[in-house]
Amino acid sequence: MSLAISALEYISNVKNGNTTAEEFIAKTLDQISKHESKLHAFISINEKALDQARAIDKKIKLKEKIGALYGMPISIKDNISIKDGKTTCASKMLQDYVSPYDATVVSKLKSQDAILIGKVNLDEFAMGVATEFSAFGPSKNPWNTDYVPGGSSGGSAVSVSALECIASLGSDTGGSVRNPASFCSLVGLKPTYGLVSRYGLVSYANSIEQIGPITRKVEDAALLLNYISGRDVNDNTTVDSKNQDYLAEIGSGIQGKKIGVIKEMSKGAGLDENVESAFWRAVNSFEKLGAKIEEVSLDMVEFTVATYYVLTTAEAGSNLSRYDNLRYGYPMDLEGYEFKSYISKARKNFGPEVTRRMILGGFVPSAGFAGKYLLKALKVKNKLKRQVLEAFKKFDFLISPTVPILPFKFGEKIDDPLAMYMADINTVTANLTGVPAISVPFEIHNGLPIGIQIHADSLQEKQLLQAAYALQETTNLPGAPL
Amino acid sequence: MIGLEIHCQLTNLQSKLFCSCKANYREFEPNTNLCPVCIGLPGSLPKLNRKAVEKATMIAMALNCKTPQRLGFFRKNYFYPDSPKNFQITQLNMYGPTSIGEQGNVSIEGKDIRIRRIQLEEDPGRLIYEGASERTQITLVDYNRAGTPLVEIVTEPDLDNPRQVRIFLNILSDLLENLGVSDPTLEGAMRADVNVSIEGGLRVEVKNIGSFHDLEKAIHFELTRQQSLAKRGIPVAQETRHWDDKRKITISSRSKEEDEDYRYILEGDIPWVILDSQSMEKWKNSMPESISSKKERYITKYGIPTQVADVLSSDKYYSDLFEQAHTESNAKEIANMITTDLMGLVDTREKREQSKLRPKHLSDLIEIINNGKVTRSSAKNALQKIVKTGKSVSEIVSQTGLAKISDEGELAKIITEILSQEPTAVQQAKENSQAINYLVGKVMQKTKGTADPALTLRILKEKIST
Repeated sequence: MSLAISALEYISNVKNGNTTAEEFIAKTLDQISKHESKLHAFISINEKALDQARAIDKKIKLKEKIGALYGMPISIKDNISIKDGKTTCASKMLQDYVSPYDATVVSKLKSQDAILIGKVNLDEFAMGVATEFSAFGPSKNPWNTDYVPGGSSGGSAVSVSALECIASLGSDTGGSVRNPASFCSLVGLKPTYGLVSRYGLVSYANSIEQIGPITRKVEDAALLLNYISGRDVNDNTTVDSKNQDYLAEIGSGIQGKKIGVIKEMSKGAGLDENVESAFWRAVNSFEKLGAKIEEVSLDMVEFTVATYYVLTTAEAGSNLSRYDNLRYGYPMDLEGYEFKSYISKARKNFGPEVTRRMILGGFVPSAGFAGKYLLKALKVKNKLKRQVLEAFKKFDFLISPTVPILPFKFGEKIDDPLAMYMADINTVTANLTGVPAISVPFEIHNGLPIGIQIHADSLQEKQLLQAAYALQETTNLPGAPL
Repeated sequence: MIGLEIHCQLTNLQSKLFCSCKANYREFEPNTNLCPVCIGLPGSLPKLNRKAVEKATMIAMALNCKTPQRLGFFRKNYFYPDSPKNFQITQLNMYGPTSIGEQGNVSIEGKDIRIRRIQLEEDPGRLIYEGASERTQITLVDYNRAGTPLVEIVTEPDLDNPRQVRIFLNILSDLLENLGVSDPTLEGAMRADVNVSIEGGLRVEVKNIGSFHDLEKAIHFELTRQQSLAKRGIPVAQETRHWDDKRKITISSRSKEEDEDYRYILEGDIPWVILDSQSMEKWKNSMPESISSKKERYITKYGIPTQVADVLSSDKYYSDLFEQAHTESNAKEIANMITTDLMGLVDTREKREQSKLRPKHLSDLIEIINNGKVTRSSAKNALQKIVKTGKSVSEIVSQTGLAKISDEGELAKIITEILSQEPTAVQQAKENSQAINYLVGKVMQKTKGTADPALTLRILKEKIST
């Protein structure tokens, strides 16, 4: 049995007896040990995965009640809590932190008999676009290991791309699911804010981030969304998913749908010409599928990156202040410190990018500056939201390249934060406005993947996945050259 | 001018403000009333206790506050070991009125004390200091209290002196208890910081005051300190001072603390709470009768004297007893029995908790007094035994011989004996009719209060005049 199968194929193969959970997990673990030294997708591996697979096979054999995922190996970004395992956020600050509880998405996947094969790498506390800021070393892009896999859910994307699991859950605060999906030729979905519970996801910028699936196929993302979405009593910001089946009717097509091409994201100086030409070929594909295309201008997009970094650093400054190494964290000698000096010393264990954002986060909401930065950013956010809502009165979907540039080499942008932050220009709008967006793999240019981003109106994931599926079906892309 | 910031725990709620841990943390061993949410573990999120919103809103309504259309929560960011997230979830009116209430008032002695703002927030954990000296001191943290629902009530600087502060706090404490939202007698359930300033001087905030008794002392100290500075022509600086519990003085805090910038941001994990008129109406209707309305009713409906009505209505324990024990006809006597005979028996929290008295005991006692079975004074004795044992009134009366002595022969015998022992008193009673009361007292003493008072007086008078 090949590891290069979709989630749906995995389920039918286990159901038909073509493979067993144990066989597939054993193969998956082999794959991980074969590629990890080169790719470094994982921070920790589930040592009990094989036992869990055997238990699932036994249930199948005895025709006991079994969850819908049949032992499917799924990797989990290491900022999502799994009970009794480490949740490090790729930070030295939490290198020894063991969560005493499961995130809601984790307990949902467990109840469907998924096997959580391991915790995967990320930029420290999900701040970055390349996994270069992981305290435990970067993950490598399976398409070309000289190149970054994108971020911050880079480990998620690498593990799915390198066939080290069937699917992964990442988190997306400004593109952290869609960006690595695009860079690794995968599907990455950022759901509507509130559709998926964040309980157990370590907060970075809690008012805009969502957990989302990274998969090799659009239909797999729909399947996972079926199992992770819905209201959660432990997350007051969740909304009712109304038990939608995102997978049913996924092949409905987009005949007659209206698509807006976001002008500010598909033109201009920052856009790589190869990405641009690939994007216009995608527009052409949509047209051929029967959609009506029109350009739409969202002039607030110009200010979204600045707005995003003001809002997220302000929230991160607050969210990450609990890491003071008093209750959990890492070993440190108390001798010679009083409270304040201890905290300053303990917090030196944050890496450079987190430190940079903590400093900004202390500044932008501070007395005397909040009006100039934080409150202004909130105004832009509101105005952007109004523009996007207005656009969705006219259009079913809004499209753009997912990332304006091709995957870049390690070290290329690490010393130029502004250039690095501009890689988020096309993805942050979905977070700032709460609407869902998906990245669909579309082309490979000189061995480097290019993804197309589709937005839909809030809670229109079903339509969104149909559009993404239609685009996917126009392509025929190879897997990563392992 | 004195203004108060009062923190009051909603002690009667089942759970904490943002999780399912117990609001009543007092019965737990240190750090055992915890969950990922109240100790702020990575990934945990607050889930708002709607009951706390309801109870806090009732406080706002009882204090005549305006309530907002929507409630918002904010993060107050500061590093302190009692704060597990290093921010406190609280409220403020950053985007218009979004905290539980504002612009209320309380009337004391005909003067309006304005309430500036009421907000709902989480209590931090508790720091416990151990060690003999400052050098060897270690600080322990108990997070059991972290996340307990707390209502902060901020007044305008409308109070003039420590006495008014005491009256205000008593009224507030009675009001909270009457609403059934809090038990202010629990240790740490009600705490206050105070702002003190004198004419022409700047505002000084005093924190860390352990009890209301010390609060009065702190205000006294601060007023005196500021006045003596003013006399010497030294301006009073705006600052935060700490109450030194041992030395009973206020000490200037390091200036750094005042300058602290809390970098308030909206708490995005708790969506705006819309207070629709329907729920507000429902909450208003479910509020218990106010103290002033009770008092009014006791006076006009039952003819209870103002002072008795005052005592009865302002203490929830007494008024609850009264409400359950009284009928149209015995109301006045029940009220009297509570405020004269019962009061000394249940004047502390412990005594109330241990008391076995039920409302029916009171109505039964009044009944047997009225039908002449026992004297008032015997009833008082019976009450003592009931509070201790909880036995029924009839049981107590029959077991302990409290039944009234109304038999003339029996009583005459006792009186003759007493008169023979008290020749001086008899002589005095002959000369002065008032002095006979001493002899009545002696008879009551001898009979443990069971002698029929009217009969006793008649026999005494007959015997003395012969």
